[in-house]
Amino acid sequence: MSKKLHWQGLIVLTTIIVALIYLTPTISKTLPSWWPNILPEEKIHLGLDLKGGMHLVLEVQAQKAVESHLERMVEDIKYSLRKAKIRYQALKRSGSDRIGLTLIRVEDRKSVEEMLANNFSDIAVESGLFSESDLSLALVLSHKSQQHIKRMAVDQAVETITNRIDQFGVAEPDIRPQGRDRILVQLPGIKDPKRAIDIIGKTALLEFKLVDEDNSLEEALRGNIPPGDEILYQAKGVAGSQRKIPFLLKKRAVLTGEYLTDARVQIDSQYNEPYVSISFDSRGARLFEQITGANIKKRLAIVLDDVVNSAPVIQDRISGGRAQITGRFTMEEARDLAIVLRAGALPAPVKIIEERTVGPSLGRDSIDKGLKSMIIGGLIVILFMAFYYRFAGILADLALFLNIFFIAAGLALFGATLTLPGIAGVILIIGMAIDANVLIFERIREELRLGKTPRAAVDGGYSKALVTVLDANITTLIAALVLFQFGTGPVKGFAVTLSIGIVASLFTALFITRVIFDYLIIERGMKRISI
Amino acid sequence: MEFIKPGINIDFLGQRKIAHLLSGALILLAILLLIFRGGPNYGVDFSGGILIQVRFNHSITPDDIRGALKSIALEDSIIQEFGEEGKFEYLIRVNRTDIELSGLSDKVKKSLDSMFGEANVEVRRVEMVGPKVGKDLREKALFAIFYALLFMVIYISGRFEYKWTMSIIMAASLAFGVYIISAIGMSIIWLIAVALLITIGLCWSLRLEYALGAIIALFHDVIITVGAFALTNREVTLTVIAALLTIVGYSLNDTIVVFDRIRENNRRSRGRNFAKVINQSINETLSRTLLTSATTLTVVASLFILGGGVIHDFAFALLVGILVGTYSSIYVASPVLLIWAGQSLEGGTASIKRRGKGS
Repeated sequence: MSKKLHWQGLIVLTTIIVALIYLTPTISKTLPSWWPNILPEEKIHLGLDLKGGMHLVLEVQAQKAVESHLERMVEDIKYSLRKAKIRYQALKRSGSDRIGLTLIRVEDRKSVEEMLANNFSDIAVESGLFSESDLSLALVLSHKSQQHIKRMAVDQAVETITNRIDQFGVAEPDIRPQGRDRILVQLPGIKDPKRAIDIIGKTALLEFKLVDEDNSLEEALRGNIPPGDEILYQAKGVAGSQRKIPFLLKKRAVLTGEYLTDARVQIDSQYNEPYVSISFDSRGARLFEQITGANIKKRLAIVLDDVVNSAPVIQDRISGGRAQITGRFTMEEARDLAIVLRAGALPAPVKIIEERTVGPSLGRDSIDKGLKSMIIGGLIVILFMAFYYRFAGILADLALFLNIFFIAAGLALFGATLTLPGIAGVILIIGMAIDANVLIFERIREELRLGKTPRAAVDGGYSKALVTVLDANITTLIAALVLFQFGTGPVKGFAVTLSIGIVASLFTALFITRVIFDYLIIERGMKRISI
Repeated sequence: MEFIKPGINIDFLGQRKIAHLLSGALILLAILLLIFRGGPNYGVDFSGGILIQVRFNHSITPDDIRGALKSIALEDSIIQEFGEEGKFEYLIRVNRTDIELSGLSDKVKKSLDSMFGEANVEVRRVEMVGPKVGKDLREKALFAIFYALLFMVIYISGRFEYKWTMSIIMAASLAFGVYIISAIGMSIIWLIAVALLITIGLCWSLRLEYALGAIIALFHDVIITVGAFALTNREVTLTVIAALLTIVGYSLNDTIVVFDRIRENNRRSRGRNFAKVINQSINETLSRTLLTSATTLTVVASLFILGGGVIHDFAFALLVGILVGTYSSIYVASPVLLIWAGQSLEGGTASIKRRGKGS
């Protein structure tokens, strides 16, 4: 055999073997134990539209994280002002990036600025807007610091949601930040989308707030809310006939869920109802003991996401750092609440801005229908080619098989995802891959008609068709690559199979069929081409 | 076996008047339809809203569903039978974006459950797209179209004309024009329109007839496909955009094959009438053009008929696009090449522009 053909044959063989190795994990049910050590074990991933599952895009309301950071800062600044003996009329957050401070004496302006410069590096008195004699100051959080808080909020939200999903139990979840303030959550094979959404979307901010019993609730409901207080509600009764009970609470939380170490579901022996018992770490336990000790006979409200869960009267100092959250929970609700409390609160509320759910039966249907149309369409093309081009057509059919085989291997190799449009891409490639062969075969026929020998005709056919075949495929490849760059989920799957398919069809049509032709003509002395 | 005999000689250019009339009418129809309908019929991907695919296990009418949705004040939703007949599958589409979308699908499910019984209703698919995401996706899709066009134009003008400098000039002017437009804050739709106009204008003034022919054919194919969507009241979704871009690639593919042959024959036959050369080239590649279209159409038709509801519109776009693309590479792209050929013949100067470099 000629040296050139020898090498070419070897390349073809090697490619096929490598492709086979990449495909084995997908095809075989059980791999030999030594396989993963030396060979790839990645299977072809199925997209959510084929496997069934849920795709969510969440928007983190990161501005809220900045606001709560400012609220915490107000407390710190209060403390520092007291320490520096600076008296003030008012100090509170105003807007989303600043704290308003009204002093009593103008002379204190300087010392406030000094105090801020020494203790708080990321907040400064806004200059320019106010005159030197003004008592009101605006303390503005630096832009850099705001960005940092927002970024941290997104990162932390990703971590918290990952924790929650892990505890909820989903196989192969995919949770990752997307863009500046979004989080992409993909949960394959989820059975109860609503529960998953509840678990992911709950802020789960647990707060303990004292009930303000010195001021009148009625007066507050009429609109005269005392400074530092707020009205929150407790929902009573079952859905449909719900009553809302108002509570006048001190705005400042005396204790929050950040000191929580554990939350578990327990069953109330008396009413046989589930409740969630929580325990605090040592610092939280100490705080809890202090608060309960100092407020005996007063009511302490347990507030979850701005809804009052209950407001029991403190009977005695509670040590040991344990509390329970009761309510008319179902077992499932109690379990989910325990999960979100254990995983911690989200640093800022999240909003679901995109949801795509595909039920498992629809995914199964899509696979079946996609494969069916691929097989039937493919068969027609294969039969037609064999009929129209005889032997050469069978060669093209072989190239087509190899092509699909390479696409599958390519998907495994790149760890790409097969989606329904992806299957459509394979189907499209079946039609288009034939094109390269048709271009070449038509040229060979033309050459033969001119009376050339088989060898010269094959030579001329391939070389003349080469540029056109390349050109024609490059345009589709450009479209596919652009789609890959801009597409999302399923469309990306289409772009991937289309791109791999185009490259594979160039290889099979320009190289593999050529090697076979050459082998038959040069080595086997084939005198007549059946084309 | 041969369907198209080698000696075939159909006067395609002779039929170009009829073809132009047909193409013009189709494009006009497409544009009128789009204006009449107030733009393409965007799916939830782009307009925002909720799409719910439900399957019942017994016969049901859209009015029954509407009745069930009344309890949650969504009786104005669009309800459509979906997929195969006799499967009792429906699409419920809520277009409103003024209401809170998250949790809405659950409300719909609950109201259907309470009306028809939980065991009789299966929610098979939910697609909820918030207004912000819809806007993002719209922008993304348009950018994809824009960049696909940009790269294709650069490739075509470089490759067809063997003038890569020209294609760089082209890319630069496009980039500049686009920069100006985005600087004055025009929407991306205008961006694409202006980019197309700049491209056609440049091809015209630089006399890049091959590139001009290819771009006109490509525009022709896409607008007619979009028109077919408007005519059949189908929704333009993300996957349909993917199909449109594929059509762009395919349409060019077909055109390139014919153009390559025209250039090759033009080099060989010095002094012969350019129109004759074009006709000969179309005839020579006719067998290939029809064969490839036939195989591609076969598989796409199989996908259209058997592929199921989810992929139906995607297959439809490809079906129309490939049909129109095949027609346009013969009847639309090639006649464009004659625009300047006639002129230079009358002028008696150098017969026809000839390019011999490359390939």
